[in-house]
Amino acid sequence: MTPELDIISNGHSASKEVVLEFKDVELGFDRHLVLRGVSFQLHRGETKILFGVAGSGKSVLLKLALGLMKPDAGSITVLGQEITSMAEQDLFALRRKIGMVFQESALFDSLNVEENVAFRLMEEHVPLEEVRKRVVEALRFVELEHTLEKFPAELSGGMRRRVAIARAIITHPEIILYDSPTGGLDPITSTTIVELLVKQRDVYKTSALMVTHRLQDGFTMATHHFDKAKNQMVRVQNSEVNTNTSFLILRDGKVIFDGSGRDLAGSTDEYIKEYIS
Amino acid sequence: MARTSAEELIKEKVLAVQEYSILAGEAVANLARRPRYVSDMLMQADFIGFGSLPIVGLTGLSIGAVLALQTSTTLQQFGSVSLTGQLVSFSMIKEIGPVLTSLMLAGRAATGMASELGSMKVTEQIDAMRALGTDPIKKLVTPRVISTVVMLFFLTILSDLMGLFGGFIVAVARLGLSTQQYWTSTYQQLQFPDIFQGLCKPFFFGFIIATVGCYYGVSTKGGTQGVGRSTTQAMVASSVLILIVDFFLTQLLIWIFGR
Repeated sequence: MTPELDIISNGHSASKEVVLEFKDVELGFDRHLVLRGVSFQLHRGETKILFGVAGSGKSVLLKLALGLMKPDAGSITVLGQEITSMAEQDLFALRRKIGMVFQESALFDSLNVEENVAFRLMEEHVPLEEVRKRVVEALRFVELEHTLEKFPAELSGGMRRRVAIARAIITHPEIILYDSPTGGLDPITSTTIVELLVKQRDVYKTSALMVTHRLQDGFTMATHHFDKAKNQMVRVQNSEVNTNTSFLILRDGKVIFDGSGRDLAGSTDEYIKEYIS
Repeated sequence: MARTSAEELIKEKVLAVQEYSILAGEAVANLARRPRYVSDMLMQADFIGFGSLPIVGLTGLSIGAVLALQTSTTLQQFGSVSLTGQLVSFSMIKEIGPVLTSLMLAGRAATGMASELGSMKVTEQIDAMRALGTDPIKKLVTPRVISTVVMLFFLTILSDLMGLFGGFIVAVARLGLSTQQYWTSTYQQLQFPDIFQGLCKPFFFGFIIATVGCYYGVSTKGGTQGVGRSTTQAMVASSVLILIVDFFLTQLLIWIFGR
């Protein structure tokens, strides 16, 4: 099946093919509903930035998308498969098509950087020469190819986050889930990480769902694209926004906004205006 | 209010038993599934088996020697000091060897597993493993269960032998028995059911140690404090389970073999 394509204003293309869909998803802990009827779609090639105050259920939403948790109600479809009723053993195969960058990186602390990044390939019994080549390639993408032998404890927070990104992208997943990839990092390191996410979006056209507290990260992603020739992130011309990037805002477990950066900037909702101000 | 909390406590315990049973069942079912993680199994076998040699050997030696000393005072009253070897061998091989070795291993391996897996759990490494498409039970739990069961079997044999040797030192040095007298009495009354009883227990106890240690590890909650709590609970629960299972297993084996 060939996905129908939309040509969008800044020259990028987004597909109407839905790779991730939440329909009326509900989840509660200790008699408290964290998600109340959450519904949204993520299209192929799209990056959706998920905003919300602490405790609004953003990280939980990513874990649901990966099948690490099960919702109390509603359905979640990932790459055409309804995952809420799937057995854990079947989910393992599906998860190999999805990359996840955890909030605190979640690198295996007893393995070095090379072994961490190579983990999925080693599990798939890829020949060692091929593994080495792809690990170096993934680490070069995050500009950390010199850290192969180092252990996570020897790396800074930003470097750990970049290794986690390399681990997530090494198999060229169809969807990447980022859980606060810049959380707790200084502004310069955060910009480096955001640039990597923009690069991943524009070079590999990977669909992504990104949770963040930092508004500026979301807006940077929406207003920049990756220039391959310059090998750096540059601002989209004429104050345009990158329409491959959309926004979703959660409040008290409900979606209160789902739309483009332009719609977000023009929103008349008082809460949203206050949130983005 | 009190009723609600009692209900919740019971629910919590039932859920814990259910989750433990699922984990233990999955660990066994994985024996038939690929991949097998042989290198992880060997690494665990080295930690559990080779790493426990000194403590298990020393414990066996010490208990064997103490058994000989304690029983000799009673046997002297009946003029039967020559039976010291028999008493030491019966006690060590049928009961004390497997139980004590298991308790020592519970203190070393079950706590090690609970703290290692608990740390992985609270730092989201187990979730990361699942996210990377790897079954943590297959990768982390099953190798530990196999290694513990196999290594506990051999550690128990070592502990039994060290216990007999400890008894021998006391019998010769303190009780004045000859080498031949001691060793003849240790094995002349031993029969197949006695050795079978002693050597089948480690399989059950090893399974308990690994599954309880791993269960408390993967169900850790609450940061570093939670890891400490899981470690303690793993030690207590595995030790208590070993003692309970030992009683019923001994009953069953006596019923089967008649001795």
